[in-house]
Amino acid sequence: MPIIAAEGLTMRFPRVTALDDLTFAVEPGVVGLVGANGAGKSTLIKILLGLLPPSAGRAEVLGLDIARQGAEIRALVGFMPEYECLPPDVSATEFVVHMARMSGLPATAARERAADVLRHVGLYEERYRPIGGYSTGMRQRVKLAQALVHDPRLVFLDEPTNGLDPAGRDEMLALIRRIGAEFGISVLVTSHLLGELERVCDHVVIIDGGRLLRSQAVASFTEASGTLVVEVEEGRDVLGERLHAAGAAVRPDGRVLAVEIAGEQTYDLIRDTVVDLDLRLVRLEQRRHRIEEVFTAPVPPPAPPQGAMR
Amino acid sequence: MTSAIHDIGYRHYDGPRLGRGYVRRSLYLHNLRAAWGLGRPARSKVLPFLLAAIVLLPALGSVAIAVATKMPGELIRYSAYAIYLQVVVAIFLATQAPVLASRDLRFHVVPLYFSRPVGHLDFVLAKLGAMATALFVLLAAPVITLYIGSLIAKTPDRGTQALEAAGALVGCAVFALVLASLGLVIAAFTARRGLGVAAVIAFYMISTAFVSMLQGIAEARTNFTLVGWLGLLSPFNLVDIVQVRLLGAELTALGAPSGIGGGLAALAICVAIVALAIPILGRRYRKAGLS
Repeated sequence: MPIIAAEGLTMRFPRVTALDDLTFAVEPGVVGLVGANGAGKSTLIKILLGLLPPSAGRAEVLGLDIARQGAEIRALVGFMPEYECLPPDVSATEFVVHMARMSGLPATAARERAADVLRHVGLYEERYRPIGGYSTGMRQRVKLAQALVHDPRLVFLDEPTNGLDPAGRDEMLALIRRIGAEFGISVLVTSHLLGELERVCDHVVIIDGGRLLRSQAVASFTEASGTLVVEVEEGRDVLGERLHAAGAAVRPDGRVLAVEIAGEQTYDLIRDTVVDLDLRLVRLEQRRHRIEEVFTAPVPPPAPPQGAMR
Repeated sequence: MTSAIHDIGYRHYDGPRLGRGYVRRSLYLHNLRAAWGLGRPARSKVLPFLLAAIVLLPALGSVAIAVATKMPGELIRYSAYAIYLQVVVAIFLATQAPVLASRDLRFHVVPLYFSRPVGHLDFVLAKLGAMATALFVLLAAPVITLYIGSLIAKTPDRGTQALEAAGALVGCAVFALVLASLGLVIAAFTARRGLGVAAVIAFYMISTAFVSMLQGIAEARTNFTLVGWLGLLSPFNLVDIVQVRLLGAELTALGAPSGIGGGLAALAICVAIVALAIPILGRRYRKAGLS
């Protein structure tokens, strides 16, 4: 069963169309929702939470209809907003316990879950101090903790890496990967940076100007391309000539050689040629596509090709 | 990472998830604690408890004098107490209503509630109920103190005393609901706490000063009927009219329209204030929940 399924989802505001006929479905796992700022990501989350009725179209979250079963959806999902949403004068513990109770957890369970979840997101002694004195990284962790405290089946994380330094960003991404893999909670994470989602997501949905650009498993973006990358310490050109003479389709690509894979024999040919020439082989690997190529390569239908990302 | 040593892995929660009643009750208690600064740093507790002490002090003094002089007639009248101390009560409302009404708005906490199974109406009722309860505690404590004082001072006619005290407690509840509704609505539309405090105080000062000025003019022209009806326009006078005409208390405020009719008119206005505050606050928070 898909965790999120949208059909013709459209959201028109008086002056702007935030979502334009969005149709996609995603399976459980970590799903990235990518788009430039203002592409409609936050609007989509509000609609999926059942808080904002769409102008047209329908959607289901965890098999529940957003129009009729909003309250049931909100009991089963967690939400981490993009903006600051924490009161400064209470401690992280106090705040997360309160939010657990707001999801119906009894007092004792709320305290236990809050302690557990704060530990999982990496907040220790500081959780007893008022939130007002926290760094951006710590605040993001509290925001994440309140989204997880009631053990949801799906969390919406809106721009969780926003405002973090590179180290904090890596830690947050690792945490998101753990939520999906270890905790077994499906994740819908938004970002305007495609590159960082490539590392943690199973599936990416790309929207631009409210329109669907692509919805695809990450594996298919980055699947093997049928090209071998060969790097040797010296003698790149000699190797290239010999391989060409032996009938391989080879071309230089910066410091390395790119060899088309014709079959098993291509690997043998490269190995034998390197040994013959007595070269030092540094690297021999299958080249993978990078997710960014989505935006440069021609896109197959149904996605419109003109909507390149800025 | 040292934390990994203690990491026992993620555990799922399969315990009970309680329903709407529990969530509403938790939210009410949370707001009630916030109104008194409980669960907050010490400086949040200073103001509400200091004001509560100031409100209680005259009652204690009155009891001490009545007991010492053995003159129970010297006790302050139950139903008059809230009106005598209205300035302090208004300051309590002005400082604490923004804590409940605008804090969640200012720090954008509202969407976290509405992305959970918390309804807009429950959210508003919890805040209104908590603010009214906090005010009721503030107003009822001195009334109960005075009643206990009357028992210690062996006031004759206990039955009347009990009846008057009970009537005053009902009056306290009406005061609490009306003031809480007014205070929360004003504070909910002033996002910054300082402005909220100023706005509530300004509303109290202007309504009270303006009405008593008009009442003074009417009185000078010996138009006592107008004095009474004008009383409906200032919050403390309004509730006193309910106390006088419907709960059998003596008049403390400047005037009251005569008869049960006047009392019912005042009560209708009180009910209207509360009934209007709920949808106004509901709309305010619904909008904030989507921002």
